[in-house]
Amino acid sequence: MDGYINPDPTPGPETQAFWDAAREGRFLVKTCTACDRAHWYPRNICPFCSSSDTVWKDASGRGTIYSFSPLRRMPKPYIIAYVTLEEGPTMMTNIVDADPADLSIGMPVQLKFSRTESDFRVPTFTLSAGPATA
Amino acid sequence: MNRQALGYVVGAYEHPLRAAPDTSVAQLHAEVALGALADAGLTKDDVDGFFCGPDAPGTGPLSLADYMNLNLRHVDTTNTSGSSYLIHVAHACQAIAAGKCNVALITLAGRPRQEGKSKGALKRADNPNQPDFEWEHPFGIQILGVYAMVAQRHRHLFGTTAEQMAWVKVAASHHAQHNPNAMLRDVVTVEDVVNSPLVADPLHRLDCCVVTDGGGALVVAREEIARSLRRPLVKVIGCGEAPVGQNGGYMEITNSGAQKSGATAYEQARVTAADIRYASIYDSFTITEMIQIEDLGFCEKGKIGRFVDDGALISGQGRLAVNTDGGGLCNNHPVNRGGMTKALEAVRQIRGEAHPAVQVPDCDLAIANAIGGQLGVRHASSTIILERG
Repeated sequence: MDGYINPDPTPGPETQAFWDAAREGRFLVKTCTACDRAHWYPRNICPFCSSSDTVWKDASGRGTIYSFSPLRRMPKPYIIAYVTLEEGPTMMTNIVDADPADLSIGMPVQLKFSRTESDFRVPTFTLSAGPATA
Repeated sequence: MNRQALGYVVGAYEHPLRAAPDTSVAQLHAEVALGALADAGLTKDDVDGFFCGPDAPGTGPLSLADYMNLNLRHVDTTNTSGSSYLIHVAHACQAIAAGKCNVALITLAGRPRQEGKSKGALKRADNPNQPDFEWEHPFGIQILGVYAMVAQRHRHLFGTTAEQMAWVKVAASHHAQHNPNAMLRDVVTVEDVVNSPLVADPLHRLDCCVVTDGGGALVVAREEIARSLRRPLVKVIGCGEAPVGQNGGYMEITNSGAQKSGATAYEQARVTAADIRYASIYDSFTITEMIQIEDLGFCEKGKIGRFVDDGALISGQGRLAVNTDGGGLCNNHPVNRGGMTKALEAVRQIRGEAHPAVQVPDCDLAIANAIGGQLGVRHASSTIILERG
């Protein structure tokens, strides 16, 4: 599962701050100050209470594997995954630096940014060091 | 029991081609339209309502209506991808009840094989302005991968095995052997499926549907017209539609909108899953069909693996005959969209016109369910329930 290069994101007015922070190594999650709940994917208007009082917060980068699948027949195989963040929501991502045979749902993972075709940083995850706790 | 009809399906036609190198997309639409109208005993001049999805080239319905030279007073281009065509049946019934049209034509056609769109293996060609795009595209999202994640999680939560998933394909192949137009007519075994190449764990190649050119059409009409035609009466007695998103990142991808669209349709039809004699269930992958069978209440959530074991979906020998045309897994999956072919085989079963080897005896009540978009990301489920009139 080596050699896969992620496609570029397409930043827009609602999301530019996320990708700017990612270039600095910061992983942001949008949280609503009205209902105090984090959501994914990030948006200015809270999907739960419809408040526009949403803010970017630095996330821990810790999560657990919600589901995953190695796409074995692609020219450069990779592992697509959903990871549930410590902050609550589940996001689509990739598991990197891992043998699919070592993965299972519930395993703890840690953020590791990957570079894209045009040198953006996208939030991907790798297995956490140490014993699995989930 | 004499249940109230929302409308009547009076015409149904499935294009016999599975590869159409020499037929334009517009001509395919016209051929299926004329086929369904001829099946009903109507002509294009009887059509006053036209329903189509984004497979219709041009601005909504305009180019195809012009190509076929239809004289219309009602159009509907609801697009929920493959589930659109069952929603079109529901919306046609609503339009007829509201007096907006009398004879509604619904078409689906296209040529993905000629255009190199074997969709499951390709990245989605989505609009970068859709708000989810930049949070999925960078991770190499493709249809195969998200359905594989649904299957992986179902396996994790409920212990569903590769062999159990394989039974869905085995049943489809048993039906397809009797369909002369089916793309894949060879009967396969559980071993064939689990020994086919692993494409995206836990999905094997034979867990995946076919890609076909072609299409199909339906004609829905009001009761007076249906009763004037010399065809068995097919009543629409219940409909449901349910778009499902990710709930801000707090979702369960092993649940489908069929829970809601099915409940809505059952309630309207005043029937339960136990009453259903035949089921057409969208089968882009084996897991797609399994999740819908659970969510439509044919078995307890999580128990689908044991439900489908040992040929349970094979007509004449199992507990629930499903996709007796061979389904998308073996027969036909035109334009990578499932809803149309699901309705077509349900109509055949209600009329008693399925192949004798797969016809459910005295089939008076059938359900058709489709998923459009993708389970595990965002999708819409649509359900229709049909009864012999």
